Amino acid sequence: MTETGSSSTESLSAAGSLSAGSPASRPPVIELDGVRKTYRTGAFEVEALRGVNLRISEGEYIAIMGPSGSGKSTLMHILGCLDVPTTGSYRLAGEDVNQMPEEDLAEIRNRRIGFVFQQFNLLPTLSAWRNVELPLCYAGTGRAQRRARAIEALEKVGLQDRIAHRPNELSGGQQQRVAVARALVTDPALILADEPTGNLDSASTQDVLSLLNELHASGRTIVLITHEPEVAATAGRVVRIRDGDIQDDTGPGHQAGSAAGTTAGPGSASGTAARSGNTGTGNAVRGDSAPLTWEVRQ
Amino acid sequence: MSWLETLRIGLEAVRTHRSRSTLTVLGILIGIAAVILTVGLGQGAQNQVRDQINSLGSNLLVVTPGSTTSSNGIRGGFGSASTLTVQDAEALASKDVAPDIAAVAPASQRSLSLTAGTSNWTTTVVGTTPDWLSVRARKINSGRFITSQDVTSHAAVVVLAATTAEQLFGGRNPIGATVAVSGVSMQVVGTLTAAGSSATANEDDQAILPISTAANRVFGGATRSSVQNIYLEASSSKTLSAAYQEANNTLLALHRISTPTGADFTIASQQSILSAATSVDRTLTVLLGGIAAISLLVGGIGVMNIMLVSVTERIREIGLRKALGAPPRVIRRQFLVEASVLGLAGGLAGTALGLVGAALLPHLISQRIDISLPATVGAIIVAVGIGVGFGVYPASRAARLAPIDALRSE
Repeated sequence: MTETGSSSTESLSAAGSLSAGSPASRPPVIELDGVRKTYRTGAFEVEALRGVNLRISEGEYIAIMGPSGSGKSTLMHILGCLDVPTTGSYRLAGEDVNQMPEEDLAEIRNRRIGFVFQQFNLLPTLSAWRNVELPLCYAGTGRAQRRARAIEALEKVGLQDRIAHRPNELSGGQQQRVAVARALVTDPALILADEPTGNLDSASTQDVLSLLNELHASGRTIVLITHEPEVAATAGRVVRIRDGDIQDDTGPGHQAGSAAGTTAGPGSASGTAARSGNTGTGNAVRGDSAPLTWEVRQ
Repeated sequence: MSWLETLRIGLEAVRTHRSRSTLTVLGILIGIAAVILTVGLGQGAQNQVRDQINSLGSNLLVVTPGSTTSSNGIRGGFGSASTLTVQDAEALASKDVAPDIAAVAPASQRSLSLTAGTSNWTTTVVGTTPDWLSVRARKINSGRFITSQDVTSHAAVVVLAATTAEQLFGGRNPIGATVAVSGVSMQVVGTLTAAGSSATANEDDQAILPISTAANRVFGGATRSSVQNIYLEASSSKTLSAAYQEANNTLLALHRISTPTGADFTIASQQSILSAATSVDRTLTVLLGGIAAISLLVGGIGVMNIMLVSVTERIREIGLRKALGAPPRVIRRQFLVEASVLGLAGGLAGTALGLVGAALLPHLISQRIDISLPATVGAIIVAVGIGVGFGVYPASRAARLAPIDALRSE
């Protein structure tokens, strides 16, 4: 765990640029093997995930896409240790999460993971900075330091003049920026964003996405769930999920086909192919993403 | 997270959920205050009766004619015929016959009309002897009490109790004035100090005459030597049962009755009067206590409801706090602190309200309230226990949920 310091502020200012080096060459921070999740609702058993294999390397920016009911949220919850798989293994930074007691999981959520939810999930009774300092409360940080770091995080998301406002005094976009500040205040290595732009207008969407880009640029691993292609396009890798299984994975190092995109060379493309094989899921790549993947398939 | 930190978060939650906190505190408060006041009322009534019976006189025995049904259902004697006489009283007063009886006061009473000038007042007129004053533990306020001289000379003198004097003379000094008792003129020679009213009679509304004067000049009738009661005072509390035996044996002998069960009189001790009177009040206390317990229960269910609803409302919050890294024990602690703060506030406020009520109410309803410590402590434990129990239990369950289930709950 690195402490939040001025260094991260500086690296954040280098907005938009991808982190150096090939993500594929780094150790996987997330390893899912044969993860299944079954929900029981009354007499029915719903299989939300049907044996998902997924590896995410440190520093990757990955978007998980899929229609509603595809299991993408379930996958996200398992990645965030908010839920446990029915079967299969999940290793986070090399540690088997399935075997961990609740206390340790709480600590992992607290120190390693920052969450951004579609519904913002801010406590309505607390002011912005008090919401942001919450994770630090559970980390045992002292009061003065908590306030300083919370205010620093709010400055990073551009809300330094809204520190004392309550959520209901903020716009949706501002609320989500508070949530992003809360996600980054503990300086976690992994940021999980569950449809963070789902409730936002396009201007606010751009704000939040550029914040995520900055966080990625400062070296954090980001997993973003969305069903909007233009949001997914900001990620370096897109995983499509349907009916509880990964249907398509562009692989690490992929630069999505946005207008600014396609900077990846042939080396990247081969990396993608290798990665796709590695995850062992269907490789049928849809045409609405990058042209490079077409090459891979043909 | 430290306890201090948890306490701070708990207090803040109490502050921010103002209406819920108020309702919870109110539920606990009312339950506790109700128990304190109702049990206090019952106890007050009980103690009041006890004090009044004690104030009738110390070490008192009361002989009444006839006999009452004994506890085993056997009834003896002659009903309520007036079988006691002045001679019985004189015999009991003898030191040779009854050494443990210190004083004897035979008494007869009628309800009669008294007239002083233009005002008249119906009161209990008691014919008795000078010993009545000490046996009944009464005090002279002004003037003097009747004397043996008055008794032997059938003197036309009367001593008025406080209320009677007030009714007949207002603020004026009654000493030396003339009062017509049932048409017979009497001179007021003294007044009694107030004693307070007992459960059975108003001790402050009576007129005392020498027993001879009452029998021969006022009450009249065929059996002028008969009396309605003989009050006996034992020489000390230790000799009370000896005095009882002496009185019993003497009267049985005088009345030529061979079997104790055939006695035509009843001797009641202060203790027996007390237990008869307090058993009624104990029933009252149980009744009031029952009402208080029900109000506590209702308050408790109210508190339970509010706590359950408020925790359910906050399951999302619990889920979020868990997602942000709060371990279950910290969540439990937070709700424990919240519920304890509410319970404590309600407990303290309820106790305070109960005590203030106990101090103020007697002035409004002229009924004594004695605080019962066990009932107060019990009420606090129950009310606060319910608040804390039903605040912590659902929160503890929610803390065990997977964070996402808690987050998704509506």
